Amino acid sequence: MSQNLDRADARVTHATGLSGTIKAFMDRVKSGDLGSLPVVVGLAIIWTVFTALNPIFLSPNNLVNLLFDCSTTGVIALGIVCVLMLGEIDLSVGSMSGVGSALIGVLWVNQGVPLPVAIGTAVALGALIGAVYATLRNRLGMPSFVSTLSGLLALLGLQLYMLGATGSINLPYGSKMVEFGQLLILPSWLSYTLALIPGIVMLVVGRSTNARRRAANLSAGSSTGLFIKAVLTTIALLAIVAYLSLGRGVPWMFALFVALVLAMNYALTRTQWGRSMKAVGGNAEAARRAGINVRGIYISAFMLCSGLAALGGVLSAARLASSSQQAGTGDVNLNAIAAAVIGGTSLFGGRGTAFSALLGIIVIQSIANGLTLLNLSSSLRYMITGAVLAIAVIVDSLARQSRASHGRA
Amino acid sequence: MSDRSQTRKAPGELLLSLRGISKNFGAVSALTDIDLDIHAGEVVALVGDNGAGKSTLVKVLAGVHQASSGSIEFQGKPVTMASPAAALHLGIATVFQDLALCENLDVVANIFLGQELNPLRLDEVAMEVRAWTLLNELAARIPSVREPIASLSGGQRQTVAIARSLLLNPKIIMLDEPTAALGVAQTAEVLNLVERVRDKGLGVIMISHNMEDVRAVADRIVVLRLGRNNGVFTPDASNQELVGAITGATDNAVSRRAERLREAAGEPL
Repeated sequence: MSQNLDRADARVTHATGLSGTIKAFMDRVKSGDLGSLPVVVGLAIIWTVFTALNPIFLSPNNLVNLLFDCSTTGVIALGIVCVLMLGEIDLSVGSMSGVGSALIGVLWVNQGVPLPVAIGTAVALGALIGAVYATLRNRLGMPSFVSTLSGLLALLGLQLYMLGATGSINLPYGSKMVEFGQLLILPSWLSYTLALIPGIVMLVVGRSTNARRRAANLSAGSSTGLFIKAVLTTIALLAIVAYLSLGRGVPWMFALFVALVLAMNYALTRTQWGRSMKAVGGNAEAARRAGINVRGIYISAFMLCSGLAALGGVLSAARLASSSQQAGTGDVNLNAIAAAVIGGTSLFGGRGTAFSALLGIIVIQSIANGLTLLNLSSSLRYMITGAVLAIAVIVDSLARQSRASHGRA
Repeated sequence: MSDRSQTRKAPGELLLSLRGISKNFGAVSALTDIDLDIHAGEVVALVGDNGAGKSTLVKVLAGVHQASSGSIEFQGKPVTMASPAAALHLGIATVFQDLALCENLDVVANIFLGQELNPLRLDEVAMEVRAWTLLNELAARIPSVREPIASLSGGQRQTVAIARSLLLNPKIIMLDEPTAALGVAQTAEVLNLVERVRDKGLGVIMISHNMEDVRAVADRIVVLRLGRNNGVFTPDASNQELVGAITGATDNAVSRRAERLREAAGEPL
């Protein structure tokens, strides 16, 4: 058999078979390419500790609740991943979500505007604000730290102005909106079907990619490895769904969040836009010289971030059944940013995945949920979340240094 | 290297022709009345002191700057290059001095940056095959195209940058100080690359401060001094002549007159 195109260099050892794959993974971790490993380990520790302190933590219904809570801030964190990817920051996502929440109350409840129009308006306003941040950055060179900090104050003012003297607007109980935020659960046949899909997609796409690589004289992964991976994923997902089904089941709102994460993951890894995002985050000048529309990338990232923040606000209005002055204030802002960072998206730009929003927010909500179960005050919750964030950033920093010394950027 | 004399005897088609190019930055004239011709299959070295205008000229040709006056003809047609994309589209590719690679992306992603196949569903297999083909054409030794650029050596990065410039099948490639940061072996490799590119029938413009490198690969050596043409030499010109033209040490009325007299008398240079 002729030599594969990508296996011509004798100096490089290539992972073959299962042991090779495991060894390659270990080497990657040792060199500082940690991926999702720290957050998965951290999550395991947090869950073990809380379960030991209060077994209710791991009960199916508590986890279902946890997933409901994750979805609102998680959607906001997903937007944060986009701006962090470029090495930028949006500090106004909390206020933006507050404005999104207030718009639902004002437009839908008070003005009687149809719900889809109200949601659309909130998301569109978010996207518009994001476009303003990006334009300030592109045209006036205003650092996003400052523009979004002033946005934080301005949007908070807008939220208070819209809600007026009463300060909060209750969403009607029994409406689809509030049910979506508090009650609606995927039918069990649907949740099991959805749990099967990732494994099947993995298998089908993996097999066709391998076939194409072989046809193109490139090395291809082993079909056994692919099969094992797909089966393990399917088993894990089915187990999660089965466990949650012991309680209420999988919330629709969480399904929406996961769908957004998957869509974002596809966009970031498999499209030209995602490639350009990473390039701009890694080296904006190189991206510009390669003909990438760098300004357009900034605009798209900030629009997505603020738009998703507004959507997160809409979801939180549904979750709390009200648009209040408290929505989006307090720790929402920092939780969203911390979630993205804890999940493994680098603050330094150029590295990150959509899944970091999912993993990070589960960590943060687990801490909040676990401490609430232990009847501990929010003072302790803030301190512990702060410590976890600090650890996450330290891990990111150390991994970055290690990658640099191992020549992996 | 072996067929260089042959190439010099029969230069290919005239690709690029600059006439009277000037570029002013405010009160400073970075380039004044520059004339330059590039043929297919030849390496033209652009040499000159710091501030001689080499990089400005390259940037004008790359579409980064626009000339204040003068005309550029590409394959016989007058052209203007309003942006880097326009220059790329014409078939002029540039390898910048800092290479402009994204260290966090792998080799394939860097080669196809901004030119990805199938934007809505990246065709990684086709891109990887094309990347290997390009690298093999340059006889490059890259261990893996799926490693981030950060893990490559200086010479390997240079190779990736050159391979990227060849992606769109350009007619001319410009290399700004391709050997400045490289060791002895890597420099030799890059010079080999330059020759391979030349042998593919491309015009190559190479900026360098290193006379040895210039002499090793150039078919013509164009000297710039203070933003003006200051002579065209062949690689067998003496070091003294070259250095003189670059620094202007011999550039005075007396030496020019002496040269003219010698030429008139039919004496060798």
